[in-house]
Amino acid sequence: MFKKLSLRDKMFTIFIYSILIVVACLMLYPLIYVLSASFSNPERTVLGEVWLLPKEFNIESYLTVFQNEDVLIGYRNTIIYTVFGTAINILFTILIAYPLSRRDFYGKEVITGFIIFTMFFGGGMIPTYLLIKDLGMLDTIWAIVLPGAVSVYNVIIMRTFFQSIPDELREAASMDGCNNITLLVRIILPLSMPIIAVMALFHGVGHWNSYFDALIYLSDEDKFPLQLFLRQMLIQEDMSAMTSSGTDVLAEHLLQIEGLKYAVVVVASLPMLIIYPFLQKFFVKGVMIGSLKG
Amino acid sequence: MNEQPAMENMTLPTKVKRKGKKLKRIRKNWDLYLLILPVIIYFIIFKYVPMYGVQIAFKDFISVEGILGSPWVGIEHFTRFFESFYFERLLSNTLLIGLYELAVGFPIPIILALLINEVRNRYFKSFIQTVTYAPHFLSGVVVVALLFLLLSPQTGIVNQIIVLFGGEPISFMTEPEWFKTLYVFSGVWQNMGWSSIIYLAALAAVDPQLHEAAEIDGASRLQRMWHINLPSIKPTIIIMLILQCGSILGVGFEKVFLMQNSLNMSASDVISTHVYRTGILGSQYSYSAAIGLFESVVNLIILLMVNYMAHRVNKVSLW
Repeated sequence: MFKKLSLRDKMFTIFIYSILIVVACLMLYPLIYVLSASFSNPERTVLGEVWLLPKEFNIESYLTVFQNEDVLIGYRNTIIYTVFGTAINILFTILIAYPLSRRDFYGKEVITGFIIFTMFFGGGMIPTYLLIKDLGMLDTIWAIVLPGAVSVYNVIIMRTFFQSIPDELREAASMDGCNNITLLVRIILPLSMPIIAVMALFHGVGHWNSYFDALIYLSDEDKFPLQLFLRQMLIQEDMSAMTSSGTDVLAEHLLQIEGLKYAVVVVASLPMLIIYPFLQKFFVKGVMIGSLKG
Repeated sequence: MNEQPAMENMTLPTKVKRKGKKLKRIRKNWDLYLLILPVIIYFIIFKYVPMYGVQIAFKDFISVEGILGSPWVGIEHFTRFFESFYFERLLSNTLLIGLYELAVGFPIPIILALLINEVRNRYFKSFIQTVTYAPHFLSGVVVVALLFLLLSPQTGIVNQIIVLFGGEPISFMTEPEWFKTLYVFSGVWQNMGWSSIIYLAALAAVDPQLHEAAEIDGASRLQRMWHINLPSIKPTIIIMLILQCGSILGVGFEKVFLMQNSLNMSASDVISTHVYRTGILGSQYSYSAAIGLFESVVNLIILLMVNYMAHRVNKVSLW
């Protein structure tokens, strides 16, 4: 159908491909640059000799990063928050989405309105903070996993998915004496694994990358997630803890810090960037279910 | 969102039926209520209690007295905020960033989706998609750290290029003039690919017969993109526009706060970061709750207005 292209269509195709190639370069360049810089001798980076590929390849910076206590504590806490937080997200989303997906669930409209309202209006930062404080949740894992435990948007996506499961299945099951909970666990959930995987991924990435709740609710450094340590190291430039006191020369000290920054960025982002291309299919599917039927 | 009216129609007949039937339905599905109960309690505690707590904006919050015991002061905190030195600066920064983001960040994903949709080579298409989605998975902290690293006046690569061409290095991250541009374009870099997915999904649903007919009539690909693809995804565009307008004043705290420093404060101070500083760091709970409430109410009003207008003009709306 598209084999015979007229001249103007050929021009148009070339134009589109060239724009997209430029876009791809703009997207990739910062990432490649940081990766190369992290593997280079910091001196070369600072002098501006690294453009695309590492200069004087070395992994010194990475060795320092992995010996750093903050990075290790942060990694541990982030993994705990991500796993536990995601489990709560999924559990709560299923618990509310399933009843709302049932046509014979009385009160569905009222409850839907009740939760959708919270999408458009909320108490805001301060009343929420005071609530968490009154509940005694400051400096606990609960302050990280509970305030954002249910995303209304995801509930609607999940509900829509459940609704797409044929009613006949449910009727047949209840004919066989299945109650609603057995039905959910034995029939609905196994059929919904793709959407549950998508939700788990969305929430997982969110937990991995978030720092805001931790910033507000945590003050004990032992409980900080990786992103908060990253903020200290990269943005507040508090690298003193990172560099060994052995280097007395200031210039060398500063150089070491520059190299470390690139390596820390890579260490913090790599897990997500490695996982993501494999799961891309699922992510895209999730967004599409939300956009088409939500 | 489009399904809402259809669902209401389906449940209408049941509403007419007698009350006895309702009780029967509730009793039959009692276990469903058991399932939903914990989540309802969650919403009451974590969403509705803070809404109730918003009343401290009209009170003088005293910790030992609690929210209920604190004395009422009316709109004192609001007038104090409107008359304060910060009001104008916060409002204009917040609005300007929101509008700038809307003007640049909203159309670019649509254009990207239209372009990607024209690519016929499957491998190139999935390569472009993978690459443009990737930055979405970086955290805000990492994106801002990248800005600091790449734009550093001494060691950053951007300034090295400027110097190479004989320019003076620019201290991008501390210059107030650069703040909004950096904020908006780093957001575009991070999210343009991801935001384009929703339009790509809509484009995939365009009827191929329209294209065939247009081709027979001699329409070029550019003409078909403009006259078929773009109008076909208009409803999606409008829904996304309404949603984005609703958050003009809700400029994300996370990235602004990370990019903020004492030198660029005049351009980077927005309502949410001000609430954080006066409320959580400064413990002026009532005053900052008032500022936060002002923000949410204005956001809600803008959302309702845009939704109403979209409904009048295009018959597309959120509900």
